[in-house]
Amino acid sequence: MSIKIQDILKKYTMVFALIAVVIFFYVTTSGKILLPQNINNLISQNAYVFVLAAGMLLCILTGGNIDLAVGSVVCFVGGIGAVVMDKNINVWIAVAIMLIGGLLVGAWQGFWIAYVKVPPFIATLAGMYAFRGLANVVMQGLTIGIDNTTFLNVFGGGADCYIPDFLKMEGVDLNITCMLAGIIVVALFALFVIKNRLDAKSKGFDIAPLYQDIIKLVAVGASVLWIFYKLAKYKGIPAGLIWIAVVLLAYGYITSKTTIGRYLYAVGGNEKATRLSGIDSRKVFFFAYINMGLMAGLGGILTIARASGAQPTFGQGYEMDAIAACFIGGASAYGGEGGIFGVIIGAVLMGVINQGMSIMGISANYQKVVKGIVVLVAIIFDVLSNKKKK
Amino acid sequence: MGRILLEMKNITKTFPGVKALDNVNLQVEEGEIHALVGENGAGKSTLMNVLSGIYPYGSYEGDIIYNGEICQFQKITDSEKKGIVIIHQELALVPQMSIGENMFLGNERGKKSAINWNETYSEADKYLKMVGLSESSRVLIKDIGTGKQQLVEIAKALAKNAKLLILDEPTSSLNETDSRALLDLMLEFKKQGMTMIIITHKLNEVVYVADKITVVRDGSTVETLDCHSIAISEDRIIRGMVGREITDRFPKRSGVEIGDINMEVDNWTVYHPLYAERKVVDNVNMNVGAGEVVGIYGLMGAGRTELAMSIFGRSYGADITGTLKIKGEEVTLKNPREAINAHLAYVTEDRKGNGLVLSNPIRVNTSLANMAGVSKNGVIDVDKEYQVAVEYKDKLKTKTPSVEQNVGNLSGGNQQKVLLAKWMFTNPDILILDEPTRGIDVGAKYEIYCIINDLVKSGKSVVMISSELPEVIGMSDRIYIMNEGKFVGEMKAEDATQENIMACILQSGRGE
Repeated sequence: MSIKIQDILKKYTMVFALIAVVIFFYVTTSGKILLPQNINNLISQNAYVFVLAAGMLLCILTGGNIDLAVGSVVCFVGGIGAVVMDKNINVWIAVAIMLIGGLLVGAWQGFWIAYVKVPPFIATLAGMYAFRGLANVVMQGLTIGIDNTTFLNVFGGGADCYIPDFLKMEGVDLNITCMLAGIIVVALFALFVIKNRLDAKSKGFDIAPLYQDIIKLVAVGASVLWIFYKLAKYKGIPAGLIWIAVVLLAYGYITSKTTIGRYLYAVGGNEKATRLSGIDSRKVFFFAYINMGLMAGLGGILTIARASGAQPTFGQGYEMDAIAACFIGGASAYGGEGGIFGVIIGAVLMGVINQGMSIMGISANYQKVVKGIVVLVAIIFDVLSNKKKK
Repeated sequence: MGRILLEMKNITKTFPGVKALDNVNLQVEEGEIHALVGENGAGKSTLMNVLSGIYPYGSYEGDIIYNGEICQFQKITDSEKKGIVIIHQELALVPQMSIGENMFLGNERGKKSAINWNETYSEADKYLKMVGLSESSRVLIKDIGTGKQQLVEIAKALAKNAKLLILDEPTSSLNETDSRALLDLMLEFKKQGMTMIIITHKLNEVVYVADKITVVRDGSTVETLDCHSIAISEDRIIRGMVGREITDRFPKRSGVEIGDINMEVDNWTVYHPLYAERKVVDNVNMNVGAGEVVGIYGLMGAGRTELAMSIFGRSYGADITGTLKIKGEEVTLKNPREAINAHLAYVTEDRKGNGLVLSNPIRVNTSLANMAGVSKNGVIDVDKEYQVAVEYKDKLKTKTPSVEQNVGNLSGGNQQKVLLAKWMFTNPDILILDEPTRGIDVGAKYEIYCIINDLVKSGKSVVMISSELPEVIGMSDRIYIMNEGKFVGEMKAEDATQENIMACILQSGRGE
């Protein structure tokens, strides 16, 4: 029994770290960090981190490979979008152009990495310079504003980027749609857990003890409901949350249920063995990077929407935020290990630390120092716990 | 009776949840070669790690008495100072550095701020001569073969002024000639008064060099046999290791009819991928019938693995010429996927490097080469995958608590079974098994042989590459002998003896 508790502690170390950090900031900011508005900002401001980290995870899985060009690509794609929308072209065409732009960038980098075997670090370093330059060229070094309200509302910018409250009740200071959505999400999750359990039971598979599932259900259910309650107290569901949810669900599915997801882990775990198993590892690398390009495209969209415009300096350091979220979330720096759940925890942890320190009034310079230390500690922990396993 | 140089008394070492060593006693006399034998996981390596200080004093119970004094080693350098030097199974050499640099790595000649290279190389040359290597110590490690690298390791140990040399599986990656040379060198050292402990799976080597044999089983020392008082046979040692008599090391295969030819290779020539003028496989012709086990025997570097991999979807070599017929039809297999689709399987000799994803569970490894078998439109049916993994686990008797266990946590024999399961699940007609029993213990070997027999009974063809003569002779219906890229002989198993196979190789060498 005692060993089992240790295992759980080890598996969910970062969750406990997150809880500890939240409590810490709750005390030091005298509760401000958990105000509805701050919860809302935490989600909206960090939407790009979730999206980019999901893409980055796939690259890291293939063997600890990272994409340094992400920030520049975000800026480049965002710049293109802003310029296109500035010319009054249909907003959906602009969105399509940005996503396709991201895909093409991904294909460009993926080609060199997968088929010519340029080390990813170098190929994306080159991309980091080149696309930053191109972003400047596209925007001619200027800031371009976006005033298309459809675009802003859908992608989480401006004042009205919330799901409207269809079920508004007079005299109730709560966004009913938001609260209802939260309940539905929890209900679906509960159904999912129960179905899995029954499925496994009927087929005679090993199942985790009941109390574990119950703890999981209660913990997840309570935190989701609590977050939705906070959001309902503010303006409702921010558009950014929808995009985060879509991306995370999609990537959770890809990494755990599909063959291509399996190949990402296999290539990262042992590329030679994977190749000899008849899997074209080049295609796997290409997929990882073209996908990163797509996510950078979406990241660009969210970024310019949030800022209601594009600037040639946008996206700086975004690649590092995404990489840090993955590593804090337990992705192995050698590849083959990691998952979407970890990415969520990593991104939230980074976000909480950022916001907590901002509320405390700590200067941006020291914030960076703290972020650096957090990443290092997370990796040290990973290395040490792996060592003990052996 | 000589002086006791080393005594390990009542050594007990526990890892969380496991008792790895239980009251182990070992006595080594000065000037003897003491063999430590036992199945994988019996605790031999743990015992040597305790001795050399890898597990520091205090993490185990019991006493180490060396040279008459109780030792409390905190780290490896402590034991090395006393002259106890361990040479690990995996070579610890830096390929890009010269022999001399490697030999004094961490033990540099000269001052810390200024390495004396002249002294380094002249000292290194001296030790190289002692182990019978004629190479200059300025040659890079990557430019010499594995056999010579092993000798460099020994020279490195000598340079540390070793009095008690521990060799952990020193011949596991060496061919027969190199192994013999190494064993002879050990005997030579013995004459000069060196004390040695050898850990090995190869019992013929034990019989050849050892003065005493200590058998370890399940973390305890079972018995110590003195080779001088009575003649020790391999069967006697095996009995001690497994706790029972294995009457037949190779299971009999009866009533298997050899059918039509499943695979035929004609005039197969392969060039080295980097050195374009070097022929690695030279005009090889071979075939294998349904229900037949064909052995390919050859020394390390004969081109056996290269032949197999070049057949398996050109995964090795350049400029491959020749024809490959599967079930009478000529095919061109451009990559492993096409080979798998043609019902060919290649089970690698290097299960950790080329075979398995160690960080993934058994379930995932089992399905890796045949994802189509457990998925639909790119979506994996995890239930089905689980069932498949369990099915093969039961069929091959893989010892594991569950198929969700990471492969990296399994013993060598069980890893080999997972690797076999992976390829059996691709439903092959022809399996090329490259060193299928390398580095696994006697019991697991027997089980692998049984699996091979079951495979041919169901009409499949097996090509078994091996550098262990008894295995090739014991398991094959027919044997090809390979040397320096060429097939230099073919014989039926009933005509084959160790002597005439070796003679085949020696003659071909002379003919050049």
